[in-house]
Amino acid sequence: MNRLTRLSAAEMVTLLDSREISSVELTQAHLDRIESVDGAIHAFLRTLPEVALAEAEAADAARASGEDLPELAGVPIAVKDVLATKGLTTTCGSKILRNWIPAYDATVVKKLREAHLPVLGKTNMDEFAMGSSTEHSAYGPTHNPWDLDRIPGGSGGGSAAAVGAFEAPLALGSDTGGSIRQPAAVTGTVGVKPTYGGVSRYGLVAMASSLDQVGPVARNVLDTALLHAVIGGHDPKDQTSLNDPVPPVVEAARLGLAGDVKGLRIGVVQELGGSGFQAGVMDRFQEALALLEGLGATVRQVSCPSFRYALGAYYLIMPSEASSNLARFDAMRYGIRVDPKAGPVTAESVMGATREAGFGPEVKRRIILGTYALSAGYYDAYYGSAQKVRTLIQRDFEAAWEQVDVLVSPTSPTTAFKLGEKLDDPLAMYLADVATIPVNLAGIPGISVPSGLAEDGLPAGFQALAPARADAFLYQVGGALEAALEDKWGGPLAAQALEIPTQSRVKEASNG
Amino acid sequence: MPAISREEVARVAALARISLAEDELDHFASQLDSIVEAVRTVSEAAGGDVPATSHPIPLVNIYRPDVVHPSLTVEEALESAPAREANQFKVPQILGEEP
Repeated sequence: MNRLTRLSAAEMVTLLDSREISSVELTQAHLDRIESVDGAIHAFLRTLPEVALAEAEAADAARASGEDLPELAGVPIAVKDVLATKGLTTTCGSKILRNWIPAYDATVVKKLREAHLPVLGKTNMDEFAMGSSTEHSAYGPTHNPWDLDRIPGGSGGGSAAAVGAFEAPLALGSDTGGSIRQPAAVTGTVGVKPTYGGVSRYGLVAMASSLDQVGPVARNVLDTALLHAVIGGHDPKDQTSLNDPVPPVVEAARLGLAGDVKGLRIGVVQELGGSGFQAGVMDRFQEALALLEGLGATVRQVSCPSFRYALGAYYLIMPSEASSNLARFDAMRYGIRVDPKAGPVTAESVMGATREAGFGPEVKRRIILGTYALSAGYYDAYYGSAQKVRTLIQRDFEAAWEQVDVLVSPTSPTTAFKLGEKLDDPLAMYLADVATIPVNLAGIPGISVPSGLAEDGLPAGFQALAPARADAFLYQVGGALEAALEDKWGGPLAAQALEIPTQSRVKEASNG
Repeated sequence: MPAISREEVARVAALARISLAEDELDHFASQLDSIVEAVRTVSEAAGGDVPATSHPIPLVNIYRPDVVHPSLTVEEALESAPAREANQFKVPQILGEEP
């Protein structure tokens, strides 16, 4: 493996600034890495070598001209295929969008271009971000870099696996119920779901609009913070965008990495641990807590009694919003169109046939569940009750913030499960998100950082949560834990992963 | 009695404009039944006096000046359409025969 791909994004910036390397070299090194391992990993749905190298050349030219550049200029990045890229195929992991070429860039993609981050390609995901394993992609699953027979988490398994397998130093993800944090946990990488509205959703293909949030993915806390600073901030094109400056995430990460968490009050969520959680995941979690305590943080137990209803509320609110959002796939304005096999060809029958052929089973299940929850006679009992539970969960968090600065739990109850293990058991799959879901219902920010390897030799994740707009706390805690653990391990967790066997990629049929 | 019957799934799928094959309908009905069974606990958690939350962070309406901004061109709006005619989306017959 080319040594360049092993560096952190922050180290890449140092070498770019000192002109020891160029962005073209760096980008080519990652394209080569993708070429050699992505046949085995399948993190990318499409790579964009020409686009990325042209962007890299532009970054090098801007640097050479002495322009005042954004910090990550020239560092390549992977983008989850849920984000619109102008002129470049965006499928959202679905057959129904297999030929969609957006006429606009998502705001976060525009920000990457303006900041001169070459986009290496679009990453694999569960169809419309619905899933916890990436197996619901219409284009085949992504494989976990730690064990190719296991899932990389989902829905953003492609982005997490891409950074975990050193195919990209950075990636963008989206998190509706854990789709950034759970993949980070099971691939030994870092992912952040920012405060709702802290990063623009314009150009993000919507699943559940009151829960969806775009966020950064990387191999370490500082790189994640640097990317957060690039993509965050107010966007007039997103009606729910917060009109606040980006929180001081980079400063907080550096503070944490220097070991400064003295006096920080940490609360352990009693309801998110113990029964149903793998022993090795709990062990690494407890050890992480002890390390933070050793650095001067205080730790206490906090109860959030309504969390036991969070999964139920989430699996009513999310499908309800998804059923409404996905009504736009009507076979009339974009996407594929399929005529019915029999009967009259009307707008209605074409829509029914297109959605039958274009959506996979999980998307159909959720649309039907959401339509049911919103339908006459059931609305109050299901959707109405779920919205009340949402209030109760927010109250639990509000009460917790009276006592502590951050709440913590394991990110996911288990390490990566085997591909196929839960594919046709939706309820079992949903439980993978039990610890990440309350965050989205409350709109607060959350981070997952590696806590080590569990008894099965696979990565486990440590999750920290903070009040809305207090994203900086996550980076401080995450940075402190990462520094303490790497001190113990003698380097980053990712360095312990086995080398991935070389397997060239299957050439893409078409590329936008 | 199941929480959600096969007939109910068929009715709701039609409302959602998703055609389903018979075997798919059977499969979904049993899966959706166990999902509905699992999520219906929310109704026991929420008493009548708890207000509903629809949005995680309260916002008030945000207005912008009433000025024209550039938007997609007609060509851009139509370029991903499955069918078009001149400057319009071409759609199948929109009124079906009355059953």
